[in-house]
Amino acid sequence: MIEAVGLTKSYGPKTAVQDLSFSVRPGIVTGFLGPNGAGKSTTMRMLLGLDTPTSGHATVNGRRYADHPAPLREVGAMLEARAIHTGRSARNHLLALAATHGIPTSRVDEVIDLVGLREVARRRAGGFSLGMGQRLGIASALLGDPATLILDEPVNGLDPEGILWIRNLLKSLAAEGRTVLVSSHLMSEMALTAEHLIVIGRGRLIADTSVADFTAGASRGGVRVRTPQADELAVLLRELPGAMVAVEDEPGVLTVEGTDSEAVGRLAAEHRVVLYELTPRQASLEEAFMELTRDAVEYEAVVRPAELVKESAA
Amino acid sequence: MSTATYVSKRAGDGKVTLPRVVTAEWIKFRSLRSSWITLVVAAALTIGFGALFCWATMSRWDHLPAEERAAFTPAEHSLRGFFMAQMAIGVLGVLVVTGEYSTGMIRASLSAVPKRLPVLWAKALVFGAVTWVVATASVLVAFFVGQSILAGKHLDTTLSAPGVTRVVFGMGLYLTAVGLLAVALGTLIRNTAGGIASVFGVLMVLPLLSEALPSSWQDHIVPYLPSNAGQALTHVTQAPHEMAPWPGFGLLCGYVVVALVAAAAVLKRRDA
Repeated sequence: MIEAVGLTKSYGPKTAVQDLSFSVRPGIVTGFLGPNGAGKSTTMRMLLGLDTPTSGHATVNGRRYADHPAPLREVGAMLEARAIHTGRSARNHLLALAATHGIPTSRVDEVIDLVGLREVARRRAGGFSLGMGQRLGIASALLGDPATLILDEPVNGLDPEGILWIRNLLKSLAAEGRTVLVSSHLMSEMALTAEHLIVIGRGRLIADTSVADFTAGASRGGVRVRTPQADELAVLLRELPGAMVAVEDEPGVLTVEGTDSEAVGRLAAEHRVVLYELTPRQASLEEAFMELTRDAVEYEAVVRPAELVKESAA
Repeated sequence: MSTATYVSKRAGDGKVTLPRVVTAEWIKFRSLRSSWITLVVAAALTIGFGALFCWATMSRWDHLPAEERAAFTPAEHSLRGFFMAQMAIGVLGVLVVTGEYSTGMIRASLSAVPKRLPVLWAKALVFGAVTWVVATASVLVAFFVGQSILAGKHLDTTLSAPGVTRVVFGMGLYLTAVGLLAVALGTLIRNTAGGIASVFGVLMVLPLLSEALPSSWQDHIVPYLPSNAGQALTHVTQAPHEMAPWPGFGLLCGYVVVALVAAAAVLKRRDA
């Protein structure tokens, strides 16, 4: 269980995180989403006591992180995978961390096997690929067999196999009753991994909701209809209360908003209109995310396509 | 979905304690190749330069002016390599801390020990102990090698001569204090280049710079600079205005303590 209450972090005049409150429950994977620069990493560093909040506080399992007598056995964290001295081997890195808590060497070898680094565990970490670095970061997080895991962008730089591995690992860790908080700027990844979402933008909370509600809430929905009698159906649909019809570029395709597929289907049947396709369209999580964070994007490209064209012409 | 809270069971039930953090720091120190290379370099500089100076003096002895012969102290002469060795030790002391900042390791270290201060004390303890052992051993070797070279002209001395034991073992203590000062400066500055520059500045540039002061001021400042105060312990007889051996070394220790306390305050407060 992670709780943040009014977390605020300012660097001089710039506020990175503002009055952020949320709680993360055990037993499910919670996604921590936001565009780059939204304050995800800063928030995670505050959860771990690496950064001191300007105001507000955060607790893990009821206590401030630094107040736990054995923090690694409470919370396992991976903040930017490369929190590793490049000159040291993976195994020695883990042995040093384990030593601070009297964690036995057998556990170190266990997590090395768990993340699949046995072959390279005695090599200098400086030569690790991005994926190997991520795996070592996860091994460090799991070292203390903690009830709570905080992972910052764990799928960054992984190949598809590695991404699948992390996805399954996170789900199985949550299924064991652990609290799992995973940050990402990739909505699509969270859609497949997380059950609950905490979305932030420009350091503020935008949404704290289940993945299903998040998609539904932000969804513009709509129904895609393909029919040889498109003109006829469009006229009929416009009679339907609340429905808005858009004619797509594709011939014979309509997009209907403000009503559902049942209503469209019934209407078509009543007027003997042939339908080739009737698809309820759900806004993808990605679209929902873009819509919600549109105003909260920190760095936006200010050059418009037209200007780009002008530039290249000149 | 399960709501039962997971209970950690596969990682023992140990708490973070200072002895455990010391063990961790020892693992960190010994698992970096650069640690051993730098220590070997420090030992080689101490022994090599000591032997070189002794050989040079011995071979030119018959041509040396009388005042140079009178000022010659065989014990100090065989230990002159310390001047180079203190730089190697200073660099390593800085790196013990800044190496963690430059690689990001510090976040792992401080996550494991969120009280933070044990990390600094453990680093100082481990690095201080290693430096003391290596420095004292190489100073002893340098002494005996140097004396055996000087014996060619019967210029050699022994540990039992007045003040010599203090000078030889004092050199190990001086180098240890230099190492601890470097750990503190590394923690304060957090940056390798800046840390090393400040160690050089304090130990080598300050004494040179103070030469530019009017001589009436020099007497009140020069002897109390960290390096000059500490090196009083490594001189058989004291120069005019130089501090007495143990008070001088005590003053250096005072500087080290102040630097470590400042480092602790900064480490505790700053964001990692």
